[in-house]
Amino acid sequence: MTEVLMRANSVSRHFGALRAVDNVSLALARNEIHAVIGTNGAGKSTLINLLSGELPVSSGHVLLGDREITGWSQPQRARAGVGRSYQRNNVFLPLTVYENCRLAAQMATQRPWRIWESAGHCSVSRERAEAALERTGLTEVASRVAASLSHGQKRQLEVAMCLATQPSVLLLDEPLAGMGPEESERMLDLLRNLRDGHAILLVEHDMDAVFAVADRITVMVNGGVIASGAPTEVRDNEEVQRAYLGEQV
Amino acid sequence: MDLTTFLIQCLNSVQYGLLLFLVASGLTLIFGIMGVINLAHGSFYMIGAYLAYTLASYTGNFALSLLIGIVLSVLFGYLLEWGFFSFLYEREHLLQVLMTFGLILVFEELRSILVDDDVHGVPVPSWLEGSIPIGNNMTYPIYRLFMSGVCLAIAVAMYYLIRKTRIGMMVRAGATNREMVQSLGINISLLYRFVFAGGVALAIFAGMIASPVSSVYPGMGNSVLILSFVVVVIGGIGSVKGALVAALLIGFVETFGIVFWQQAAGALVYVLMAAILLWKPEGLFKQGT
Amino acid sequence: MKRYAFWIWLVAFALAATLPLLPPPIGTEFYIALGTRILIMAIFALSLQLLVGYTGLVSLGHAAFFACAAYTVAMLTPEYEAGNGWWLVLASIGTSGLLALVIGILVMRTRGIYFIMATLAFAQMVYFVFHDFAFFGGSDGTYIYFRPEFSLFGWQLVDLEDLNQFYWFTLLALLITVAVLAQLLRSRLGHAIVGIKYNEQRMRATGYDTMAYKLASFVIGGMFAGLAGFLFALQYGFVNPEFASWHQSGNGLLMIILGGLGSLPGAVLGAVVFELMRVWYQDLTEHWQLLLGGTIIAVAAFMPKGLMGGFSGLRLPHRRFARVKATAPAQTTATTVMQPQEHA
Repeated sequence: MTEVLMRANSVSRHFGALRAVDNVSLALARNEIHAVIGTNGAGKSTLINLLSGELPVSSGHVLLGDREITGWSQPQRARAGVGRSYQRNNVFLPLTVYENCRLAAQMATQRPWRIWESAGHCSVSRERAEAALERTGLTEVASRVAASLSHGQKRQLEVAMCLATQPSVLLLDEPLAGMGPEESERMLDLLRNLRDGHAILLVEHDMDAVFAVADRITVMVNGGVIASGAPTEVRDNEEVQRAYLGEQV
Repeated sequence: MDLTTFLIQCLNSVQYGLLLFLVASGLTLIFGIMGVINLAHGSFYMIGAYLAYTLASYTGNFALSLLIGIVLSVLFGYLLEWGFFSFLYEREHLLQVLMTFGLILVFEELRSILVDDDVHGVPVPSWLEGSIPIGNNMTYPIYRLFMSGVCLAIAVAMYYLIRKTRIGMMVRAGATNREMVQSLGINISLLYRFVFAGGVALAIFAGMIASPVSSVYPGMGNSVLILSFVVVVIGGIGSVKGALVAALLIGFVETFGIVFWQQAAGALVYVLMAAILLWKPEGLFKQGT
Repeated sequence: MKRYAFWIWLVAFALAATLPLLPPPIGTEFYIALGTRILIMAIFALSLQLLVGYTGLVSLGHAAFFACAAYTVAMLTPEYEAGNGWWLVLASIGTSGLLALVIGILVMRTRGIYFIMATLAFAQMVYFVFHDFAFFGGSDGTYIYFRPEFSLFGWQLVDLEDLNQFYWFTLLALLITVAVLAQLLRSRLGHAIVGIKYNEQRMRATGYDTMAYKLASFVIGGMFAGLAGFLFALQYGFVNPEFASWHQSGNGLLMIILGGLGSLPGAVLGAVVFELMRVWYQDLTEHWQLLLGGTIIAVAAFMPKGLMGGFSGLRLPHRRFARVKATAPAQTTATTVMQPQEHA
């Protein structure tokens, strides 16, 4: 029943002798939030980079649906429906919130040769941008310059820009980073909302958040996976407790 | 081409390459460590040549001129860093390009005012005159061997300095990771000033010892600068080893290029650069090597 | 200010068109020729602005395309009669565009400082090709004895040999350049290009093939530089390798910094101010390069935002079509953050 949208098969990434990601396999299914947790340096960000295409794998395969996309560049994957948000705010600071989303949405109808058409008039990108803004609750600040937003709003914009491209897979890198409790709740609501129709990979540090929304959890330590399964399973897993949760108690 | 001619051209290539290395190593270190792109680096070479000319006219003694020149150039480099270049460090590349471009114009005109715009020769010192025989009927100028020897000695000295001393370690560290060195509390301004003065002195010195061979003329800084850039692009920014390899490579390409296909010789070096850029867009060697 | 941009341009062009008709001492040969040169340099500056100010690609080799077009028209113009203007302008722009494509493909993989140095080095290569091959006339260059003819169905549209008409012809070329670039920047291509300047990584993550866009910008910039080169060659009647010198490229950069990066009027303003300054300095002293060098340093050090930087900051020249539901007042001046991108 679960349709797997994106899959990593035994992917590894080496930097010289350092195995940043070591033989990791996971599957992202539609209508599912799959969280990846682990200590600092566990390889979570590298894993996202491998899936999004920013870094090439040293070995292993990445599949989108049935398609082998291991050799695909990042723009190619993005056009095929893989969206990504960044841990640090990576928006277009000089542009307004609306312009940010519109530019992101434009990727679907790039048509660079149509110079006589004004970008602002593109109805497709306009609609998608407005929809993304609506979904993330940013409509009210649409005409504010991105640089003037609060940190939490910028994180929302990160996600909005991701949504504007109407991806089927969302790779979210610590969307809650630096957020206070209220903003975190809002973001979590958004994530629960987004689950419908999308396959979501959520890399996060905030344990409460992860257990609140995740359908599956994968735990990484030193580049490798030590546990993967439903939240209750993972919570009860001794090795996980020892390696990660245990340190917090 | 017979063996003797080949040997001579090889000697020329090495001499040319080593000279280029002197100039380019300063450029690559200044860029690698301080992050400053310095278009005026070629002007130092020109300054060196004109300096040799003026000092030689005054003192009549080449060796003495060299010595005085070295002292003056270190001082000059020190003051220049303190008064001008230290303001460039955190600026965008575009602004650095413009400011150093303006500096070139200023240097050219100052030279024009202080010395002149003419072409000059600098006499080879008497104790280095003459040539040694090579093969059956060819000879090679002793002075050129002297040049190669001096450049090689300096290259070796640089190797020891960079690889085996504490200062060298700081230089290498700075070339690999500028911010880290700063946060380690090393007196970064002093390091920068040292590196800069060194780079300037190397370029000026190169101009000085090259002057008897290449003569002294207004545009001489330009071609050296561009070639130095090519050396840095091919060798890799911040890599002294890369600068050496690239400079020698260019020396051979240019020298043999002129022999075989004179018209295209000027463009040949850029073809080489294009080829290497396609293969390795960041140069042959990594920063800090 | 943005709303009136169109009208300000219109007025400026109208005023500029009256130059040859003004009474002496302004409407004389010297000033008309100077005016023509300024217009040509404005086109050159605009072409560089697309690359540097809007895409974030700092090129130190833009003069190569300027020279390429100039040499094309010089080599293709017949010796004893006027050439076909349509063919010549297309050929000139075409060859410079082609050269930009080739060089662009080679340098686009480099980033930051490597990009700057690589563009400089390739421009030097072009310089050497023009300088060393006798085919191009060597260091002396080549002459153009007859300006080309632009005619339609046997009717001569304009007599370029006439000083005034050549001025208006150049003014028209500038008008076309401004119009095309302005529209380009308003289009999807333009937005994508500026997005790359602001944050290339994000553009890639969103699904844009940034390499292709940067190359497009490079080629378009190269073609307009070619247009400038074509006109410059015609104005002076000769071409020589110095057209490709890095002094020319450097002057271009100074013009756009002076006027203001990321601004079309800034590029034009910068060209005007630069040329006037150059003429003034040359009048003052034979060591005018000293003054020029000092000015360049001062501008880069103290006025990095240029003249337009004082007026409108660094906004995109495009209208926001935000259909805001709330009644938030539209933002006018942005606190612009010019992010120096390492992909420069």
